[in-house]
Amino acid sequence: MSKTLAAKDLSRRQFVITVAAGSAAAAALSVVSPGAVFATEDAKTLDEAIKSIVGDKELMDGADVITLDLPQIAENGNTVPLGISIDSPMTEADYVTKVHLFAAGNPRPDVASFNFSPSNGYAEASTRMRLAKTQDIVAIAEMSDGKAYMTRAEVKVTIGGCGG
Amino acid sequence: MAQPKPRVRVPKKADKGDVVEIKTLISHPMESGQRKDRKTGELIPRKIINKFACVYNGNEVFSADLHPAISANPYLSFFVKVEESGEFEFTWVDDDGSVYTQVSKITVN
Amino acid sequence: MRHRTAVLAGAVGLGLGFVGIAFTEAGDWGDYQVGDKRSGYTYAQPETQAMQDDDFENPAFLLVDLAAEQWTIPDGTAGKACADCHGDVENLAGVGASYPVYDEGWGKMMNIEQRINECRTENMQAEPLKYDSKGLLGMTALVKLQSRGMPMNVAIDGPAAPFYEKGKEFYFQRRGQLDLACASCHEDHSGEQLRANRLSQGQPNGFPTYRLKWQNMGSLHRRIKGCNRQVRAEPYKSGSDEYVNLELFISHRANGLPVETPSVRN
Repeated sequence: MSKTLAAKDLSRRQFVITVAAGSAAAAALSVVSPGAVFATEDAKTLDEAIKSIVGDKELMDGADVITLDLPQIAENGNTVPLGISIDSPMTEADYVTKVHLFAAGNPRPDVASFNFSPSNGYAEASTRMRLAKTQDIVAIAEMSDGKAYMTRAEVKVTIGGCGG
Repeated sequence: MAQPKPRVRVPKKADKGDVVEIKTLISHPMESGQRKDRKTGELIPRKIINKFACVYNGNEVFSADLHPAISANPYLSFFVKVEESGEFEFTWVDDDGSVYTQVSKITVN
Repeated sequence: MRHRTAVLAGAVGLGLGFVGIAFTEAGDWGDYQVGDKRSGYTYAQPETQAMQDDDFENPAFLLVDLAAEQWTIPDGTAGKACADCHGDVENLAGVGASYPVYDEGWGKMMNIEQRINECRTENMQAEPLKYDSKGLLGMTALVKLQSRGMPMNVAIDGPAAPFYEKGKEFYFQRRGQLDLACASCHEDHSGEQLRANRLSQGQPNGFPTYRLKWQNMGSLHRRIKGCNRQVRAEPYKSGSDEYVNLELFISHRANGLPVETPSVRN
C-alpha cells in the first residue's frame, strides 16, 4: 500500500481543481443526464404557461398568503421536495380551490395543479419535482371568492460533483 | 414488475372532525418525453401519470394534474377532514389510459 | 403554517429508538456515526435525510414490497419459493450485515446479490436475476432490511483474507485519466466540497440505495461504476470479482456502522 498516501502530495486546492475540471469536462462530454436535460422544441415561457391555466385573471401578491416549503439548495435536480401551504380557513364559504405550480426555468414550466375542496381542512400539499437548473418556483392560489394570488421562491440546484 | 404499484398511508382510526394527513406514492418512471435515447438519439415517448384523485365516501376531496416535471415514482401528500367512517379510493391515470386504484378504509369515532 | 404529521426521525429509520437525528448539531450524528466512521446519511441534506427517515416516503420500499410478495411465490422448475427453505424473511436477520462471505463451492467471495442468484439457480432451478434489475435490487434490499440497525460485521480472516487484500489494493490503486484512487476522495478528502457536492466516506452500509439522481434504487456496484467513470477509468462489470473484493474491503471498513438499507442518497 505504498500508494496510500500519494494523494497527500496534492494540496487540497489542487485536488479540488483537478477533480472539478475533470468532472466538468466529463459532464460536457457525457451529453445527457436522465431527466436533467430537456429538448427545447416544445418550450413555453412562464407567462404562456400561466396564461393557459388562469387566463387573464388578476394575480395579487401572495407573499403573505402562500407559503412555499422548498430547500434553498436542492441536492439533486431530479428529485426536489416541494410543499405548499395556503392561509385559508377552508370552510364552505371561504376556501382554496386550486393551486398551480410552475418551474420558471424549466423548458416546460408546468409542474402540477392541485384541486382542493373544503373537505381538506388544511390547504396544504406536497410532492417532488424535477428542476433543470437554479430557478424560481411560482405558485398561484385560486380562492373560492374568485381572487388569485401569486408568489415565488428560488431554489438553487446543485450540478456537478460526484455525479457518478 | 410491469404494473405500477401504489402505496398509500391513511390512518386506520381518527376522531370525528380530525384533519388527517394522507401520503401516496406509486412506482412509475414518469418518462418526460423530453429525454433522448443515448444510443439512437431519438426522443423517448412521454409516458407519465397525468392525473391523481382521492375520493372519500363518493366525493372527490382532492385531485392533482401532473406534468412531466414531477419526479419518477410520484409522491403526493395532502389532508382530509374526516367526519364519518368509510372508504378512500385513490386513482392514478396513466398517459396510456391505464388507471391504477387503491382503496383504504378509515374508522371515525 | 405547516401541519406535518409527527415523524420520529431516525427512530423509524433504524428502529433503534433515537429521535430527531436530522436536527442535531453537526458532529453529533447518533447511531449514524461510530468512532470516526460516518454514514453517508450524515453528509446528506435534511430533505434527503427526511426521505429516508420515513419508510413510507422512501421510494425504495416500492421494490422492497414487491420482493416481499415474491418471497412466498414459487419460481423455477423445482417449484420452490424463498420461504420454503427460509421461512419468514425475518429469519435472515443478521445475514445482510455479514456479507460478502467466502463460499467454499465458488472458492471466492460472494455478496448478497450473488447469494440470492445462487439460491435461485441451485435450489429453485430458476433463472438468475440480472444485476441491478428491479427484482434483484428489491430482494437484496429486503434481505438487508432484516439486519437494519445491526452493526456491520464482515469477517476478513481465514479464506477471506487474500480477497480482502485484493479489495484493499483496488481501493488504494490510482486509476483513470484523473489518476485518483477511491482513497483519494473518500479517505483523504471526505467532508470536503467537490464542486457543489460534499465528499462522503464512501460507506456501503445503506446499499442498495434509492438515489435521487437515478430516481430509482441501485446497487453498490452501480455506484462504484459511477465513481470509476467519474475519474475517467474503465469501470468493471457489476458482480465482477474486482468489485466483490472491493465490496469486502469497504464493508469491513464499515464494520460497526448500522445497516441502513434501503437508504436514500443524492
